[in-house]
Parts: sequence; C-alpha cells; structure tokens
Amino acid sequence: MSVSEDLDNRFREAAAAAGLIDAAFDLADTPIGTLLVATTDRGLCQISFDPDRGLDELSEAAGRRVLRVPRRIDAARRELDEYFEGRRTAFDLPLDVSRVPEFQRVVLHELALVPYGEVTTYGALAARVGKPRAARAVGGAMHHNPIPIVLPCHRVIGASGSLTGYGGGLDRKRALLKLEGALLF
Amino acid sequence: MMGVVTVPPFERFYDEHRGIVFGVLAKRLGRQRAEDAFQETFFRALRAYPKLRDASNLRAWVLTIAENVAIDEHRRTRPQGELPEQESWDSLPPVAEIEHLVSELPPTERAAVVLRYGYDLDYDRIGAVLGSSGDAARQAASSGVRRLRRKELP
Repeated sequence: MSVSEDLDNRFREAAAAAGLIDAAFDLADTPIGTLLVATTDRGLCQISFDPDRGLDELSEAAGRRVLRVPRRIDAARRELDEYFEGRRTAFDLPLDVSRVPEFQRVVLHELALVPYGEVTTYGALAARVGKPRAARAVGGAMHHNPIPIVLPCHRVIGASGSLTGYGGGLDRKRALLKLEGALLF
Repeated sequence: MMGVVTVPPFERFYDEHRGIVFGVLAKRLGRQRAEDAFQETFFRALRAYPKLRDASNLRAWVLTIAENVAIDEHRRTRPQGELPEQESWDSLPPVAEIEHLVSELPPTERAAVVLRYGYDLDYDRIGAVLGSSGDAARQAASSGVRRLRRKELP
C-alpha cells in the first residue's frame, strides 16, 4: 500500500525534529548535475556529484541513520542556486568537518580562504599550511574534500597550469572555473 | 548459515519497507490509526538502527516492530477483555486473528508465533530476526503454542 506524501513528509520532519537521525540530505538540481547535499545538526557536511554513491559515503561517515529531509537543506540549496546564478561569491553556511582527519581539516581551512575567481596550486596551498613539500598530501585532501564547491577545491590546479584532476570530473572543474571567470575557455 | 549482510543507509531501508509496513498497519488498525502507528514503527526502527549488525532480514525485523506497535495500540485503545465486533472478524488478516491470543505471551515466544503463523516466515529467518538460531525459533514458537493451548484448554 502506498504511503501518502503527507504522511511520508510528516515522518521525515518528525524524525529530524526528534533528533533521531545522524544526517539529513536531499538532491539539488544544478547546472553541473544533480547533487546530493547533506547536513548534520552542526552544519553542511557533504556534497556529492554521484548521489547514489554519496548516500553510502554519508552513511559511513555520519552514521547510518540518514534520511531525506528536504527542508533541512533549504539554506544550502538557496546559496547554491545563487552561486550558480552568479549572484553569490562566498558561502555563509555553517560547515561540519568534524569527521575529517586533522591534517585534511587544516588544509580545508586554508582552502576556504582561496577567493572566488582565483586559482592556486597544490604546492602553494601546502606552503600555506606550513608543509611546503606536502603538495601530494594536499592533493589527497582535495580528493577527499567532503564539501566540494562550498570548499572550493576546484580552485586548486597544477603548477604547470593544468587542471590536474577533480572528484566530479574535469568537465565540472572547468565549468566552475568558467562560471567564476577564472577560465576564459 | 547466512552471511552477514551490511546494513544499508536508513533512507534505503525506509524507502523499501514503508509501503508494506503501512499496508500491514492499515489492515490491523484502519487507515486513520495506522498513520500514528506508522510513525511510531519507524521511530522505534530508528532508535534500534545503530545497533543492527545484520541486514539479512530487515523485512521481518520491521514487521515485528510494526506488530508490537499494533498490539500496544490495541491495548491502549481497547478496554481489557473486550472482543472485536463479530462482523469485522471475516476481513481481518491472519495476524489479527491470533493477536488477541498472543498478546500475553513472553516477547520472544510472541514474536516467534506471530512471525511463523501470522507472516508465514520459516524458522531460520525467524531465528535471524530474533538474533538466535532456527532451532531456538522453533522451540520458542512451539513453547508459545503449548502455552496458548494450556490457556485455552485448561
């Protein structure tokens, strides 16, 4: 028997309000594809380019009690919409990176300071966290960045100027840099 | 022996079972009361979910929870000893027919009897749900049935 949309929504909202879930998520449509966007009570904790795999990753990182509760990501959805419409250059969302290992967290902190429309290199970012020889480890931290776009790992490129790599694929990295005016073609 | 199956994200479990849970509750309690029982069933599932170690029979697991919620709901709303209206008996599913018998049994025996005779699960599956073996489930069910017979035929 099918469950009415109203009952379904009431259960989702009530479960979140009762503090019975580890994380809430929803899908968000953007010009670079459908994203899974997830939040804990502390803040935005994950954005995934592959929603199906993202759900498994969320369950492993935050806890298995993950539930789609659209209203819980309204603020993130609104800021992402504004960003993709070119009306927002910085995000004002609380973030939850509490489950990210220490070194990666330090790198992500520094990454958050790279301004809209600019790019930096893995080596430069390594130098800024006081580990100038750790460009490769910084690359690893970018690869495991749980909140791409908001934590702008797309603004980090190779020393030669090549785009190098991106968790969401190089096409998406190129699209984001073009949107920000950091790439002309 | 079945291998351990990884417990899925709650969303997938909920998405897969909400229909059958609501169907069972609606038959037992009527659509209106089933709505509250539906929420209570998945609340209990959420509370227990972090402790789940094996997902090989989530369907039986959540139906057991729903069954317990339905029994609690009946107890709450029906005065002690009152029987359901005679005309409603024909339309009741098998689980409802045995519910007034099993509600006094100890929890393990009650679950074993309901899953065996109400949902027609085999003993291996019941054992998996109860966290024991098929043999233990068989013993719990037959002990429950013996207890019911003693009560019915003093």
